[in-house]
Amino acid sequence: MRNEGASLWECLSAAGIPTGHLSGAHRQLALRDLAAGSSLGGQLETLRGRTVLIAARDQLTAALALIELDGLARRMILCTPDLPPEHLPGIIATAGADACVVDAATPAPATAGMQVVTATAALVPLDGQRHTSVATEWILLTSGTTGIPKLVLHTLQSLTSALAGAPAPPQPLIWSTFYDIRRYGGLQIFLRALHTGSLVISEATEAVGDFLARAGAGGVTHISGTPSHWRKALMSGAAAQISPVYVRLSGEIADQAVLDSLRATYPRATVAHAFASTEAGVAFEVRDGRAGFPQALLVAANGRIEMRVPEDTLQIRSPGGAQRYLGEGVEAIRQPDGFVDTGDRVELREGRYYFAGRRGGVINVGGQKVHPEEVEAVINTHPWVRMSLVKARRNAITGAIVTADVVLAEQAPGTGARPSEPVLTQQLTEQCKAALAPFKVPAMIRFVPSLAVSAAGKLVRPSA
Amino acid sequence: MSVRSTITSQFQQVAVEQERALSPLSDELKLVQSGLDSLSFAIIVARLEDSLGVDPFNAPETVEFPVTFGDFVRLYENFAK
Repeated sequence: MRNEGASLWECLSAAGIPTGHLSGAHRQLALRDLAAGSSLGGQLETLRGRTVLIAARDQLTAALALIELDGLARRMILCTPDLPPEHLPGIIATAGADACVVDAATPAPATAGMQVVTATAALVPLDGQRHTSVATEWILLTSGTTGIPKLVLHTLQSLTSALAGAPAPPQPLIWSTFYDIRRYGGLQIFLRALHTGSLVISEATEAVGDFLARAGAGGVTHISGTPSHWRKALMSGAAAQISPVYVRLSGEIADQAVLDSLRATYPRATVAHAFASTEAGVAFEVRDGRAGFPQALLVAANGRIEMRVPEDTLQIRSPGGAQRYLGEGVEAIRQPDGFVDTGDRVELREGRYYFAGRRGGVINVGGQKVHPEEVEAVINTHPWVRMSLVKARRNAITGAIVTADVVLAEQAPGTGARPSEPVLTQQLTEQCKAALAPFKVPAMIRFVPSLAVSAAGKLVRPSA
Repeated sequence: MSVRSTITSQFQQVAVEQERALSPLSDELKLVQSGLDSLSFAIIVARLEDSLGVDPFNAPETVEFPVTFGDFVRLYENFAK
């Protein structure tokens, strides 16, 4: 149902007035109302041709802005709700943003000359017909090695690549996702929902049980989340509130335990786990209920998506991949031959590839990235610490937790006797808590006599 | 120390460390209402693996995810046997 070059609204209304709904925790909107109404307070045309920061905190508001501005704005930057405000000036400068959509709850970034539009909860009559003038660039944010977000350039065409050629379902589907729709995994579900039916949007402040009850009441048939989201749902006691026919996992390694539990909880559902990343796009979906993916997927390329595994790392070439990072002096997303290196390590066992963690050593705690180096940097400021190695410990609840191995100094200048290990553990924990987000604070600290260092003078890091 | 008392003290300790208000622990207490978040549970499971030598969530056989504190204790009691 996707027409090449058509805007999101044109795709939606290609087969007549759309019948679906977008439902948030506090309000619901029929997509058909966008035919004659706008959420942008009558200022839609002032945003034409501009580079627009979608900074509204409310997901439904942001969703409407995406539908209304695709084909009209030159660029849209999808701000995630947890984006630290100190990163905004850099993002605005790199993307060249000259306009911003906020909602009543969001402060507008204080940038001179920026056109600020406050989205309204109620639609206002649309001035004339919607018409497309540009192929809008969609900019997604993803956290980089230094914690500063990278700006990833997509188009509607690359974002909907996985939907191309998919037949329309016999009856409308009702989608939901634990993800925020401004992250790649959530955006995929948002776009799928627009193309095939309706979407029940999650709310960051909503308890998982309340969200599941709302999704159940909304008749959700298809629902996605990370394995950590699903473990939380399974432990909520509210998993039976929904009765989906399709359950999707992505964004983290789906292990056999979570797949089996979902299959037992939702016997009528297809439990699928997908591999996708903001840079590489959606690569594949596995529906056989087993962790990992068959080796045959690599050779059975469908012509559009190709995969290869040089040096145990998955690489993907797909029309769904991003074009490039915005900014000067940034690395290329694609290699010269068009493949994207995912950085995800895989191991081949008996004809099946299993994910073995990130090559770069990024620790994924419940879908949130921790760079070991930034935690080590905090630990290493303690006067009694000589060096430290922060690493992941596999964990069934959040996928991984952060642990630290610490080598203590024999002497520290200007201090007396070395404190005991329990005291040092407490001091280091307090120091990390003061400087880092809670999920980055090591849950366990171990004191070791030494750490391995390579010939190149670098800490030897675990490869998984 | 019994499995139950080991688990109880880990819940209490992690709640303090994570600055969470822990509800009074009873067998009927739903984990979702315990006051702990996912990160707290992750830390508890890792520490229990160290102290009890088992991680039922990472066992080869399928486990039913516990809903109440009582379920949680029984899960560990069954595996620690």
